[in-house]
Amino acid sequence: MSNSKEVVYGLYSDEQDLLKAVRIAKSDHMEIHDVFSPFPVHGLDPIMGLEESRLHIAGFIYGMLGALTAFLGMTWIFTKDWPIIFGGKPYWSVPAFIPITFETMVLFASIGMVVTFYIVCGLGPGVTNEVLDDRLTDDKFAIAFDTHDVTVDSAKSFFSQTGASDVNVKVI
Amino acid sequence: MSAPVSPIRPPLIEGHKSYHDITNDLVSPTERVPDKSWVIAFLLSVTVLGFGIFCIIWTIWHGIGTWNLNRTIGWGWDITNFVWWIGIGHAGTLISAILLLFRQKWRTGVNRAAEAMTIFAVMCAGLFPLIHMGRIWMAMFIFPYPNTRGPLWPNFNSPLLWDVFAISTYFTVSLLFWYTGLVPDFATVRDRAKGIRKKIYNFLSFGWTGSAKHWQRWESLSLILAGIATPLVLSVHTIVSFDFATSVIPGWHTTIFPPYFVAGAIFSGFAMVQTLMIITRKILNLQEYITIEHIESMNKVIVATGMIVGVAYLTELFISWYSGYIYEQFAFFNRALGPYYWSYFGMMFCNVVSPLFFFSKKLRRNIKFTFFMSILINVGMWFERFVIIATTLARDYLPSSWSFYVPSWVEIGIYVGTFGLFFTLYLLFVRVAPVVAIAEIKSILKTAGDQYVGPNAIHHHHDDDHDNDHGTHIETDHDHGYQKVSEGATTVTAAQATKKVDSASAQSRMIGDDLTKIEGIGPKVSQTLKDAGIYSYAALQQSKVEDIQRILDKSESNFGGNNPESWPVQAKLAAEGLWEELDQLKDKLDGGRIA
Repeated sequence: MSNSKEVVYGLYSDEQDLLKAVRIAKSDHMEIHDVFSPFPVHGLDPIMGLEESRLHIAGFIYGMLGALTAFLGMTWIFTKDWPIIFGGKPYWSVPAFIPITFETMVLFASIGMVVTFYIVCGLGPGVTNEVLDDRLTDDKFAIAFDTHDVTVDSAKSFFSQTGASDVNVKVI
Repeated sequence: MSAPVSPIRPPLIEGHKSYHDITNDLVSPTERVPDKSWVIAFLLSVTVLGFGIFCIIWTIWHGIGTWNLNRTIGWGWDITNFVWWIGIGHAGTLISAILLLFRQKWRTGVNRAAEAMTIFAVMCAGLFPLIHMGRIWMAMFIFPYPNTRGPLWPNFNSPLLWDVFAISTYFTVSLLFWYTGLVPDFATVRDRAKGIRKKIYNFLSFGWTGSAKHWQRWESLSLILAGIATPLVLSVHTIVSFDFATSVIPGWHTTIFPPYFVAGAIFSGFAMVQTLMIITRKILNLQEYITIEHIESMNKVIVATGMIVGVAYLTELFISWYSGYIYEQFAFFNRALGPYYWSYFGMMFCNVVSPLFFFSKKLRRNIKFTFFMSILINVGMWFERFVIIATTLARDYLPSSWSFYVPSWVEIGIYVGTFGLFFTLYLLFVRVAPVVAIAEIKSILKTAGDQYVGPNAIHHHHDDDHDNDHGTHIETDHDHGYQKVSEGATTVTAAQATKKVDSASAQSRMIGDDLTKIEGIGPKVSQTLKDAGIYSYAALQQSKVEDIQRILDKSESNFGGNNPESWPVQAKLAAEGLWEELDQLKDKLDGGRIA
């Protein structure tokens, strides 16, 4: 994933300016490489045309996997591998399996989703990503264009039109 | 997309903060050299922790015989402390998960610290069952893994094993949830840091950049984790209560236990959050982020859950009598009037009587009183667990085996040691990580910052640095259709600013708009509305007629004759500065009523 890209970006001071600029870029058919912000900007995804995250589907699958692992595991252990009678109850005492089934479902779903999240985002311990500007985790918002998709000149005129500051070209 | 906010909601961030101010205020505690008070507190905590570790080693070396448990009273301070700490560990997930699902914005001020508290409390809790096993080096036997003993499996039908699963899952999920929330904030710290700190925070922040797609997934992840952590948090204390409820001990064998334990857990957890946050906000100067509103909201949760606990206590008493079962009746008689009567009455006073003081708004907003109450409640909740566990066991079916129990110095030492562990970890946390979730606070700034809502909202931007930025908001808001209140207010304000900027509007910045210009509103009603948080025409315009009616109904004065149905319409005209149109409208109105 480390094929570096040259991007041209500009900084905005307010999320409303950012949203407006993204909308203009979209209507001008300028392909946006990425948008960076210090916090999740509401309403940005539909304007940028980002597809909805499919993380919840992954979470559902992991959860089912956990529930099945626990339930089938306990079933196998208590009916086949080592059947023991506890308090005269049947070997396969389903109600007693519910709590552990539930807990394992939650455990698998959350670990699975978190790991998936970091993998698909390319984040994790030891990962260092080039930061466009240190203020992007503070109070600035940036739009970045890939210089292959949008020429530096047209990007610069776009940024000056939409009131961006600190327009720069950087390799990330 | 954030939910619509009632215009009468008070602000949650004070001091007219900009995004940069928020970063500065919340990151700076991790950048300073620790001051004397922190060092003293830390050394004290570590010392206490050291003594706790000594007592734990003593227990493991000499065996459980160093505790004063006996044949009758097999569970004493150990399990009492376990349940107590695990209960405290419930508030964090409740605040971060359930309040996230309910879109309660006040959670952002306290969720980070509350989640940290949860994790540390669960660590303290987990210690007790582990030591109580006696042979702690065999602890892995509790997990089902293919082993050389048969393989021999644990008993999946036992609530004690369910506990193992519930608590380890709870700990893991809380940790993941907490850390995922911290990653963007660690990136904020990283981007301000230099040298070795930059390297450390670069590692901790996992290479976070703030890309839009990452934020989208991050939000999706937070929401789903919250969704599954909500039943999880309820399940954990339910299962802890099963440890007791599935037994055949009178006083334990009751179906009321799960809800009663969960409510008690939330009750004590919120009390512990109050204790910590009141100290933290003072020492780290976070009063503008953890406001009186936050404290009051938590006190409301405390009074609600306290009453659930109170009802549960009384229900237990009633049912023990009503059941006609003499052993059950004796168990409760013994709790209240037996040798441990003081712990029963301590519990009743601290958990049932004292939270009722929070029905007074004045006391809910009194920080010293809240702090005192938060301690009292956790004392009471400790008594509750002691009453349920030791008192009940002390007088069992067989009078010849009745016994009495006082803890040994080792048991006391371990309990005190868990405070050392808890505070050591908490003090390290406040040094290393931003105590308030920076990104989340920034995302509610425009809807909960006091320059946007409430009495100090700025109605004109001429003295504001971001003057031009706001000017551009107007169309953006409209054609996009996002009508958050603050944005609505900004819209109106900007329009007003272009139409007429006069001395009256400068004055309105101080005390809000002159609401008496609206037909039907006199000085008294105006004051009532302002007390309720409606300061401006803009806010009144956004208010629903029912809400206004509710404010009037709730006020002490009798406003039965006032009809607010036309007030929002009038306020709209006033907000836009269309005074002539307003006068025309007033002519048509009859005392504010639409004729």
